[in-house]
Amino acid sequence: MIALCNSLVELVRRSSAELPDDVHQAVLQSLQNEKKGTIAEAALQIIDRNIALAKKKSQPICQDTGSIIFYVECPVNFDQPAFVQAACMAVREATKKGFLRQNSVDSLTGINDGTTVGLGSPSIHFHQHQQENIEVRLILKGGGCENVGAQYSLPNEKLKANRDLDGCRKVILDAVLQAQGKGCGPGILGVCIGGDRASGYEFSKQQFLRNMQDRNPIAELDQLEQDIVATANRLGIGPMGFGGNTTLLGAKICAANRLPASFFVSISYMCWAYRRQGVTLDQKGQIETWLY
Amino acid sequence: MIHLTTPITEEKIRALKVGDAVEISGILFTGRDVVHKFLHEGGVLPAEVNLRDGIIYHCGPVVMKDDAGQWKVTAAGPTTSIREEPYQSQIINDFGLRGVIGKGGMGDRTLEACKKSGCVYLHAIGGAAQVLAECITEVKSVHFLTEFGSPEAIWELRVKNFPAVVTMDSHGQSLHRDVFATSSAELAKYL
Repeated sequence: MIALCNSLVELVRRSSAELPDDVHQAVLQSLQNEKKGTIAEAALQIIDRNIALAKKKSQPICQDTGSIIFYVECPVNFDQPAFVQAACMAVREATKKGFLRQNSVDSLTGINDGTTVGLGSPSIHFHQHQQENIEVRLILKGGGCENVGAQYSLPNEKLKANRDLDGCRKVILDAVLQAQGKGCGPGILGVCIGGDRASGYEFSKQQFLRNMQDRNPIAELDQLEQDIVATANRLGIGPMGFGGNTTLLGAKICAANRLPASFFVSISYMCWAYRRQGVTLDQKGQIETWLY
Repeated sequence: MIHLTTPITEEKIRALKVGDAVEISGILFTGRDVVHKFLHEGGVLPAEVNLRDGIIYHCGPVVMKDDAGQWKVTAAGPTTSIREEPYQSQIINDFGLRGVIGKGGMGDRTLEACKKSGCVYLHAIGGAAQVLAECITEVKSVHFLTEFGSPEAIWELRVKNFPAVVTMDSHGQSLHRDVFATSSAELAKYL
């Protein structure tokens, strides 16, 4: 339990302070693409400095250390309640150490007890597999970008969006337009076509586990991903909504089955401070390898 | 680069235009969702929190106590400002604010209050919590820490060369309104 807790504290620390390489590469590329001497370029320069400084000081990239979302791949006989207990201990400890902000508020009383632990925090998703290894992935997602997420029900008459891929494209681009710079762009979209109101958002967030540079194996979705990024980057919203060439760093889209009556498109927006890490653990709970 | 030092005169604010890069030195008071609602509902500020000719910073920092028991801000980027749109204009007018720092921009009512009272919206870089925390040289005081919790408390911060961009000025100009209009028109071409 102690070893597992320590491993999870280290996972939280690294997630909070160090941007994954694939995301950093995308940020650097966007810096190259901005016009010299613009406020968009200056914003990305500060962002790049911030990424280096957070890593060096081992302090949060962003003060909003976000929703804490664990994804656990585990063997069939895995002790899930023990993991939940260790994860809660790790979150308390990471908050004491300043890797996490005191970030969880009782919605009825408004009280922030300073532990960052409560119903829904952290959020832990278990998935059993027929293997012995344990993989733990973590996403920290800030509130600013969470607030600009959107869920559309098709058809949408106002946007002339029908129940087809073109309709999906229209609502996804509308979400980018409505978000402007409020979600700390340049952003990354996770999208689920289909599902219900809960699973749609859930699947959309799971897209953030993918590597920035990967390509969707489903041809139609791959094409839609490329098209969304290219089109969004022609809109001129730019970093922070200052105007400029990079509005999105990426878009990751999946499709889930739906009821005949429902056609949801659920869009989660991730800020440039896209904090995602993962580890494999040995039987004692010690970190073996890093996944990103 | 334009330097602003608090307290700031109306003349200095009126000279600023959308797109100007500034560096701020002096005192910032953090205030976000709970503080804005509290003030809107008639809540009274402690005497030490003097917002006149000053700046409010939409920020919920990470603040730690060091070994000597002193507060130290370890992460302090801006939070999304639009949530304060229902309250901001009243607070600008009532308290005589000269600047609001945040991210993402604000709406027409805030823009109108900036014009009327002589105030600007200063956009800091969202997510740049370390670069901005380095500009904070001292935590002078904290108010409502127990009642509101650390991220929502009013932190009085001394800053040096805190970077921001004027995105809404006191002449009715807003970069956010303009970018929304041009990006909407652009999107219409691709649908």
